[in-house]
Amino acid sequence: MSGVPLMAYLALGLFMFTTGVVGVIIRRNPIVIFMCIELMLNAVNLTLLAFARYQPSAGSDPVGSAMAGQMMVIFVMAVAAAEVAVGLGIIMAIFRLRHDIDIDEMNLLRG
Amino acid sequence: MDLDSSLLIFGALGAVAAASAVGVVAFGNAVRSALCLVANFFTLAFLYFTLNAELLGITQVIVYTGAIMVLFLFVIMLLNIGAPQALTEKRDPRLLAGYAFGAALFALLFTQVILPLKDLNQPGSPDAYGSPQAVGRALFTGYVWPLEMVSVLLVIGIVGSILLAKRRI
Repeated sequence: MSGVPLMAYLALGLFMFTTGVVGVIIRRNPIVIFMCIELMLNAVNLTLLAFARYQPSAGSDPVGSAMAGQMMVIFVMAVAAAEVAVGLGIIMAIFRLRHDIDIDEMNLLRG
Repeated sequence: MDLDSSLLIFGALGAVAAASAVGVVAFGNAVRSALCLVANFFTLAFLYFTLNAELLGITQVIVYTGAIMVLFLFVIMLLNIGAPQALTEKRDPRLLAGYAFGAALFALLFTQVILPLKDLNQPGSPDAYGSPQAVGRALFTGYVWPLEMVSVLLVIGIVGSILLAKRRI
């Protein structure tokens, strides 16, 4: 039986998420910004798993009802993998075009 | 307040995870940030184990600390060969605004979302809910259509990244 309260997991997840948000705001290197986005996704994964573990067992099928959080985490991981592959490809393409990846200099999409 | 072993383990793992998360943001060098992120993901896998989600912990090690971080380090290495100056950052003027926004977000979510849940302290789901059998059964019965959609998404991602790497934009 775990003696750790749910609040501890949620507080850790919230701290990691906030750190990721601050990193996205203050950093200018797009690769580090990507890492901060991964940090936020992982914080959300931790929160989902903590909720899946601590939810009150309900109904006639307690294992099945505890699955929703884990399924969500699996799909978040798959989407994150695809996102990283495409995003880093875009960063490499921009780098080949401009030989510079500073996020403040990227104004190609400015209207 | 009694200290039992699970609380100590959580404290140690949580401290490493929080410190490495700060390191990702604080280090100026992208390679150091990436190594901090590896440490963070690896610690998170053990936190998943403490939540009885064994299969997802192993998946975390394989997918995140294995595949995704290798991709990150590979791109950093490619950019370092091409242009070492592209990875250095200029001083940022929005530092204070970022910290203030982060502190405000933390305070808001902590008081409004987490504090109301402070009475929920006992794990409710059965101990075997994260075993490969349980996850596999759920994945291939109730969640089989999302699973197929994820496979389509991954194929699109592979084709898209190959296109981005090949074509002259």
